[in-house]
Amino acid sequence: MTALSDRVHLRNGHARPSRYSAFALLRHGVTGESWPLAWRTHEPRHSYDVVVVGGGVHGLATAYYLARNHGITNVAVVDKSYIGSGGSGRNTAILRSNYLTPDGVRFYDRSLTLYQRLAAELNYNVMFSRRGHLTLAHNDSSLRTMRWRAEVNKACGVDSEVIGPDDIKTLVPFMDTSTQTRYPILGALYHPPGGIIRHDAVVWGYARAADAMGVHVHQDTEVTGIDVEGGRVTGVRTNRGSIATNVVVNCAAGWATLVSDLAGVRLPVQTFPLQAAVTEPVRPFLDTVVVSGTLHVYVSQTDRGELVFGASVDPFASYSTRGSLEFVEGLASHVLQLMPSLSPLRLLRQWAGLCDMTPDFAPIMGHTAVEGFLVDVGWGTYGFKAGPVAGEAMAECIATGRTPELISAFGLRRFADGTLVGEKGAAAVGH
Amino acid sequence: MILLPCPWCGSRDAGEFSYGGELTPRPDPRTATREQWRNYLYLRDNVAGWTTERWYHRMGCRRYLTVRRNTVTNEVAAP
Repeated sequence: MTALSDRVHLRNGHARPSRYSAFALLRHGVTGESWPLAWRTHEPRHSYDVVVVGGGVHGLATAYYLARNHGITNVAVVDKSYIGSGGSGRNTAILRSNYLTPDGVRFYDRSLTLYQRLAAELNYNVMFSRRGHLTLAHNDSSLRTMRWRAEVNKACGVDSEVIGPDDIKTLVPFMDTSTQTRYPILGALYHPPGGIIRHDAVVWGYARAADAMGVHVHQDTEVTGIDVEGGRVTGVRTNRGSIATNVVVNCAAGWATLVSDLAGVRLPVQTFPLQAAVTEPVRPFLDTVVVSGTLHVYVSQTDRGELVFGASVDPFASYSTRGSLEFVEGLASHVLQLMPSLSPLRLLRQWAGLCDMTPDFAPIMGHTAVEGFLVDVGWGTYGFKAGPVAGEAMAECIATGRTPELISAFGLRRFADGTLVGEKGAAAVGH
Repeated sequence: MILLPCPWCGSRDAGEFSYGGELTPRPDPRTATREQWRNYLYLRDNVAGWTTERWYHRMGCRRYLTVRRNTVTNEVAAP
């Protein structure tokens, strides 16, 4: 393994990846010189200041903001597979901040702000496309909730408004806004700042930027044990050896309970698969994100022209990421109720990601009863859009030892204290 | 298709059933502390492997049943 990292180092010719720029693109194009690897491989050190478990957007963002905002660079991000192999590479890449509670709105709006400047900050094209986001209302109670959400959003300075079927038809001409359908469209919550992003690029961009500041990204490194002595974390054991550390952050998403079990911390989390699918690419015709809670479906068109479909979680807990025929049958019928003209399209592929669901559809963030064992879990169906703000807040939590006000409502204690978060703007809730 | 063993109807498609979650021992509500009760409400083992669950045959005989299921492979066994 040492030989491998030496080779990588030699091939790179320099310790840190060079900046991407139009000039670099031209130079590489003309000379045919190969691009340096975006991040390096290392042998694990014997000790780190912080070990982050889970190399998804949350784990990598935590490491990145630890290094950038707090100068803590002796950090390892370990993942049992390749980075972005879990939910970060399996979500439908939708970003929005039109939540229901002021806490939720502020939190996700901060995330959107960070996403907005991420490409320039990371020197990596994350392809954020702010194209607008429509949440459809098919009955009076959803329309009432949309109005409520719009008012909360406006009060928090977030652009959202309720629009009628005519305006929806203008934005999405292919939508069936007739009143003769099973679930007629009465209106929608229109959220212009929402959009889609290239989720893999976010993962790779954070990994590259964290690596450049000295963070070690260890792929294929599975945590097999967490050492706790006298109520304090002292180290982690991995399939590549033991690492001494006083701080372990659990960013393992669908596998969150398996990691926290190693530290003896129980979590109110259950793992449910969420399936998604893409169609063959077609010419661009859909430039907003369309979501229907009643029909449990969301649709967007990627820059390649594929339609990406997502749904709510599967009806039972599982760690299996196999797709099911029941899912595509239901999905197709729901999509066609919204846009009947899509019927000739064929699905290219379907997949599933694992969601760590909490009882109140809100994340669990911050310190636990074991000193030095922090969690950033319970991200369920809404974790990707929160990656930057969660990483920023967790980094502050680790560096200062205090819980930032922005995430104070999300502590693990709330389940023992009975102060659950009432966030029903999450994707899994059908209203 | 995942088949679940309904004791009344035999093997049926899992789509006919509602998921009741993993079996969690219920503390005595008269003596349980607030913390024990909240743990019962919220904490789950979330096992990756064989677990024992409650299911409800919603679109069939409406019986509750106990099922052993492997959450990684979705194999089902008799309890």
